[in-house]
Amino acid sequence: MKSYIIGFISALALTLVAYLFVVNHWATGDVLIWIIMGLAALQVVVQLVFFLHLGREQKPQWNGAAFYFMLIVLVIIVAGSLWIMYHLNYNMGMDPKQMEEYMLKQSSKGF
Amino acid sequence: MNKPVTVTHALSNEHIEEAETKHLGFWIYLMTDCILFATLFATYIVLRGNTYGGPGGKELFDMPFVLAETLILLISSFTCGLALLAAKAGRKAYVAVLLGVTFLLGAAFLGLELTEFTKLAAEGHNWQASAFLSAFFTLVGTHGLHIAVGLLWIIVMMWQIISRGLTAGVMRRLTLFSLFWHFLDVIWIFIFTIVYLMGVA
Repeated sequence: MKSYIIGFISALALTLVAYLFVVNHWATGDVLIWIIMGLAALQVVVQLVFFLHLGREQKPQWNGAAFYFMLIVLVIIVAGSLWIMYHLNYNMGMDPKQMEEYMLKQSSKGF
Repeated sequence: MNKPVTVTHALSNEHIEEAETKHLGFWIYLMTDCILFATLFATYIVLRGNTYGGPGGKELFDMPFVLAETLILLISSFTCGLALLAAKAGRKAYVAVLLGVTFLLGAAFLGLELTEFTKLAAEGHNWQASAFLSAFFTLVGTHGLHIAVGLLWIIVMMWQIISRGLTAGVMRRLTLFSLFWHFLDVIWIFIFTIVYLMGVA
């Protein structure tokens, strides 16, 4: 019971703080992004531990193993995709406005 | 006041192993679901700026609305946890009530989300309008679809609790349901942060 109450209160606080940071402009730019990502990561851990009881199983901890493997695959997919697409856009050699015009022109050709 | 009745009615080793195997199996399914969502997130992040000249998140997202959705889902995750605790204590009536509250909150969340979607579509911002919107509707819509399945699962569980009582099988399925429901709230944290907060920041 205590686990769920601690989890709930913490998650609630983390949600509200992140929301207020954005809506009230308590921070801006990259700093803001890092803050809300940090709060989100924290809340994920809180929910994993206090709601999903991750790490509390007896040996052998196959749930934990499956989770960490998923994390590895996930990081490869997400980081890899972002890396590739960022380089693709960079190698197209245009600034965002030119890229937008280029894409609009391409799609108007009706491919 | 009904006395708590433990549900371990002569659980043989086989029963326990079977339960643990099914538990691990469902957990592995949840892990694959995480990867599914990760691909949708990666797609959204890549395409978030591709608004085809139209509006982006900053113009379209209603933040108080989204906060309400978030809090509703968080509370439903909490009541789901309480339902499982009640089930472990054998308190059938409490389980039914708490599952019912979880259902109502989940339905409220889905209702709000559908309102959001139909409003966007009615204004012409549908999933065909731009890559950003395609990615948005796919990601958030997939999550909503999972919630809908969860709601169906709650109904089935309530039926089973009423007709069979808190048997070992029902207990196991309740545990798996709560895993599913908590997992959906975890995914929502990412949607809330990456789609909405970062869309408006």
